[in-house]
Amino acid sequence: MKDTSHINPLENEAIYIFREVAAQFEKPVLLFSGGKDSITLVRLAQKAFWPAKIPFPLMHIDTGHNFPETIEFRDRLVKELGLELIVRNVQDSIDAGKVKEESGKYSSRNSLQTTTLLDAIEEFKFDACIGGARRDEEKARAKERIFSVRDDFGLWDEKNQRPELFDMLNGQIELGQNVRVFPISNWTELDVWSYIEKEGIEIPSIYFAHKRKVFLRDGLIWSHSDYVFQEEDEEVLERMVRFRTVGDMSCTAAVFSEATDIESVVQEIRDSTISERGARIDDKRSEAAMEKRKQQGYF
Amino acid sequence: MEVLKIATAGSVDDGKSTLIGRLLYDTKSLTTDKLEAIEKTSKQKGYDYLDFSLATDGLVAEREQGITIDVAHIYFATKTKSYIIADTPGHVEYTRNMVTGASTSQAAIILIDARKGVIEQTNRHFFINNLLRVKEVVVAINKMDLVDFSEERYNEIKADFEQLMAKRDYEEQKITFIPVSALKGDNVVHKSENTPWYEGETLLEHLEGLDMAAVSNVGTPRFPVQYVVRPKTEEFHDFRGFAGKVYGGELSVGDEMVALPSQTRSKIKDIYFYDKKYETASRRSSVTITLEDEINVSRGDMLVKVDDLPTMEKQFTATISWMDSQQLSSGSKYIVQHGVNKVLAKVETIHHKINPDYSGIDENANDLGMNDIAQVTFKLNKPIFYDKFKEHRTNGSFILIDTQSNNTVGAGFIS
Repeated sequence: MKDTSHINPLENEAIYIFREVAAQFEKPVLLFSGGKDSITLVRLAQKAFWPAKIPFPLMHIDTGHNFPETIEFRDRLVKELGLELIVRNVQDSIDAGKVKEESGKYSSRNSLQTTTLLDAIEEFKFDACIGGARRDEEKARAKERIFSVRDDFGLWDEKNQRPELFDMLNGQIELGQNVRVFPISNWTELDVWSYIEKEGIEIPSIYFAHKRKVFLRDGLIWSHSDYVFQEEDEEVLERMVRFRTVGDMSCTAAVFSEATDIESVVQEIRDSTISERGARIDDKRSEAAMEKRKQQGYF
Repeated sequence: MEVLKIATAGSVDDGKSTLIGRLLYDTKSLTTDKLEAIEKTSKQKGYDYLDFSLATDGLVAEREQGITIDVAHIYFATKTKSYIIADTPGHVEYTRNMVTGASTSQAAIILIDARKGVIEQTNRHFFINNLLRVKEVVVAINKMDLVDFSEERYNEIKADFEQLMAKRDYEEQKITFIPVSALKGDNVVHKSENTPWYEGETLLEHLEGLDMAAVSNVGTPRFPVQYVVRPKTEEFHDFRGFAGKVYGGELSVGDEMVALPSQTRSKIKDIYFYDKKYETASRRSSVTITLEDEINVSRGDMLVKVDDLPTMEKQFTATISWMDSQQLSSGSKYIVQHGVNKVLAKVETIHHKINPDYSGIDENANDLGMNDIAQVTFKLNKPIFYDKFKEHRTNGSFILIDTQSNNTVGAGFIS
């Protein structure tokens, strides 16, 4: 082709950010959940360093309550691309008595991930953790920097953030601190889906419409699973659903859908009037739920 | 795909968040769940209208105090463009946030309350957009519903603002006036029936029509090397690629280049974006370049065309915007991050402070406090390769990093 003017400005920006991470930090890691955003990150990282391999490992903080499809997909991707994968388990943090499993109707291991993550950062001495969070997802994330400094305790001080001017990213930190890096900060959900379509990126099957045993609660569609608490009067239904966002099974709700391929998923997102995190049970807890979790070191 | 980044500026209660909320609402970018949350909270507060500002004020403290205290990013898209709005607060003490928001934007919206007209804050907002050389400025004269959509009032404010324009030092900046009511939706997305005397475009029509090439700052091509790609695999045994973003202009295969600071020459052999080769690397694309000759280039070096050299000096004078609570004083040392290049710098002279409202300068400036803007000369431990900010928005700007706290404490624009 002749010139590079057709390339998506958001893609140029993300590649630039990846290169800054590799150049400014000694031990970066890409936090990989098996969701579409982290899969997109992997593709962008490939592009940033080609023909060299991605110069950092992936790490998955596994709640043990993941969709099996996601884990299968994760292992296949890592093998195909010859990447290094680190897995740390929330179960181990529970067994060690560091965190306590929630109980009751809305119990989830989602917020327990924070402790496991912070321990892993310390274990490997990671100085930069790359994540797929986007500013359009949620109000607290809209204030997040691209390079976001965390103190020794992994905490986020949202009122004292470094200003980010022009393209310049300041990754200078003290020993013990680390930086959370968000290369797709400026992407919207539709941008991610359109990119997946255009690039032909493979994603786990649960993102496409499939028959699943579900039950309804609070206007959301919950997966029927051993990991999800279910009242006796909550009836199990079999429906065509897909997931817009994929986290722990206990905090991710499905949407009714007939979209079985990427074109129809993109079309559905275009037409949708519900935001992506509208299907996140963890955000429904309170208006400030995400901000509180982030201050404590959640991704 | 086109992406337009816009910074907003307005004083407290000028209705900035409401305007953004209105843009989102009328472009149907607010999703049902967000809308429901807004309806619920508006009702709780006892409003008889929808408080769109709730769509943007993200942090708990902001919701409690009803103000915006940090830069928030808001996204929406039309069929033509994707928009990223940096919502920056308008208080006097938050100059640093406005400078930050404007630095990444190609366009700015300045809000004026039609009842209050051009006030001191308006001067500051315009000053910063001048300083940062934001090419496209929209002056949205808001709350027109509260002045009975008066054409006379609109013209009065416009005339006052034009007086300000005479003071700016940036002739190429384009300024457009639009009478709006963010609360009621007049001339934001839909044309208002209340302003028959206004023949111009609505705010969204205007943004939709902006030519991206025209709003971008163009200069000479500069290629700061971010990262050296060395795969060391059998297939790419000798591959040495210089990864970076092209700024200002474009670079093509065969272009004769010089590497700075070594001043070694070579020609561009290949231009890659991922695994594909291209003839030309367009402005702002993140490419990997290989050269004909094996020359020593590392991160922080810059590749430029042989006939288009930047200034290479160990000293420069710049207008700086100070952003830290700790003062800057003569003799103190900082790290200058110029693009991806870092050097140690010492404050040589603080010449004067510049009042950010066109009211002149303050000669007695010994040290600078948060939100001060000043003319300062720095001495560097190594030369950097710069252009004047006026001629090159990227290669003429830098940030200052505190050597103790590692915080970004200021931004500078080379004179």
